[in-house]
Amino acid sequence: MIATQDPRQGNGASNIGLGWLFGPLGALFVAFLLLPIAALAWRGFGSGELGDNVTSGFVYDALKLSAITSTVALLVAILAGTPLAYLLARRQFPGKFAIDLLIDLPIVLPPTVAGVALLVAFGRRGLIGEHLDDSGINIAFTTMAVVMAQVFVSAPFYIRTAKAGFESVEPVYEGVASTLGASPLRSFWRVTLPLAWPSLVAGAILCWARALSELGATLIFAGNLRGETQTMPLAIISAFESGQSIDVPIALSLILVGAALVLLLLLRVVSRGAPGRM
Amino acid sequence: MCGRRWRSAAALHRNKKLLRVAESRPGDRAELKLRRYWGGALFRRLFVVVLSLGLAFAAFACSDDSDADPTATVPGGQSAAQTVAPTTAALSGGLTVFAAASLRDAFTEVEKSFEAANPGVDVTYHFAGSPALRTQLMEGAKADIYAPADTNNMQQALEANLVADAGETFTHNRLAVIMPKDNPANITALQDLGNDGVKLVLVLALAEVPVGTYARRSLTKMDADGSFGEGFSARVLANMVSEEPNVKAVVTKVQLGEADAGIVYVTDVTAGVAPDVKVIEIPDGFNVIATYPIALTAAPANPDAAEAFIDFVLSADGQAILARFGFQPIE
Repeated sequence: MIATQDPRQGNGASNIGLGWLFGPLGALFVAFLLLPIAALAWRGFGSGELGDNVTSGFVYDALKLSAITSTVALLVAILAGTPLAYLLARRQFPGKFAIDLLIDLPIVLPPTVAGVALLVAFGRRGLIGEHLDDSGINIAFTTMAVVMAQVFVSAPFYIRTAKAGFESVEPVYEGVASTLGASPLRSFWRVTLPLAWPSLVAGAILCWARALSELGATLIFAGNLRGETQTMPLAIISAFESGQSIDVPIALSLILVGAALVLLLLLRVVSRGAPGRM
Repeated sequence: MCGRRWRSAAALHRNKKLLRVAESRPGDRAELKLRRYWGGALFRRLFVVVLSLGLAFAAFACSDDSDADPTATVPGGQSAAQTVAPTTAALSGGLTVFAAASLRDAFTEVEKSFEAANPGVDVTYHFAGSPALRTQLMEGAKADIYAPADTNNMQQALEANLVADAGETFTHNRLAVIMPKDNPANITALQDLGNDGVKLVLVLALAEVPVGTYARRSLTKMDADGSFGEGFSARVLANMVSEEPNVKAVVTKVQLGEADAGIVYVTDVTAGVAPDVKVIEIPDGFNVIATYPIALTAAPANPDAAEAFIDFVLSADGQAILARFGFQPIE
């Protein structure tokens, strides 16, 4: 929107000395991050078979499955997560602290833990899965399991960011809306939601990106079958494990790097050019 | 606490400037809060917790070097091996063996006997699917010995100059079908693997992983026999719900009861696994006998110890250990 000077840059004069010290250290780290990505691109585009590797059948299946499952996971996160985020931002209720912690948990846990946890809950011998199995519902090894794994690990990113967005909207505005005769739902829809919108979109993009890259929980809980549960990250690990040529996993990785870059750029646009902030 | 105060002072200063910009435009407040949140105390605290957990894990990992880290490509102790002059009397240094996942239990026992006979040598294993091991060698992982579960992977490794020669066959293995103990799909014969209507969940290793190749070849044999019915192999493969990266993952999925059946090696039904599974033998006519070759890599860091290790595996003692774990001796 309107370009504002980034207040963190200061007037510069007092920071010059620090720049000499921090600059090289920062450059080292940038090189560390950049090198592997550059190597991927170099090997991928250098192999001359990038096109063939990208257009083979299982890649198309994996891309399609990844697109569908991550979008469904995102929709679930938005539908279930938005009300929860609003309640966490606005209301005091018993157990709020615990719920807040619980939502942070999947962010810090390794996804493999999520996979094992989902298995012992929803697997055929799981706490709930056992009863589902009796009634003929089987979740493990299905596309449904892929979506559940993705929701489990990615929804917290949406809820976190959405909560922060709702907190940033002063309750006064909702109060004003209701004194002007708006119903609570209408004031949420017309006042709170638009004001929190940038955070909601930013959270949704983070959530989607996390769902897209989900591997560990999926492999354990959903298995690995082309067209059913083999998403892009699983296709990469399968291509690597099958040992034909490292060019195939490289080609697949490049697709995900591209998708991630697009998502991150979108995120920057949505959060209105605040570099380094998200 | 002092640090906290300093930080909040800095944040206050920052936010004052921001506020001046944002105050006139309420729409920007969302962004402002968002910024405060992501730079907020919670995440800073979370960061510290994660960092210290990471350090604790690292310290733990360093103290326990008997567990092979699957991602480690440069095992410790190898440089020491090069500096110590090899003598005929005593071998020493590190020795890294890249071995098929199915060898895990037997080779762990082999290590104990070998290290007892050669106290100076420290064997480190990296167990994984044979093709994945080959890919890692290709990408520069350091190892002294490569022991895949089929000659095909060894041949490809030889063509890529990853091993010194095609190696020697040191053991054989055969396939079996396993089911969870309570046998939810009620599989009583090989024919039942092709049943539909039964909710059959079948796990096979990836087609390129030796056990997956062998299993598919075995199904083809059953197909050719004719007694299994029309399109048996295709029906079985249609029941497949997951392709696992290595045979141990197949065993786990069956053991947990998540899968109704899996095709694995007979050696995978170890003492630990046996109580959880039922086994259907595959008759000789349909079975595929796995052949395990072992070879020095093209550039072993500790060739003397590596050769001694291979000799030990081929020796009567080594063969006896393998036999104890269900492998078939050579000849």
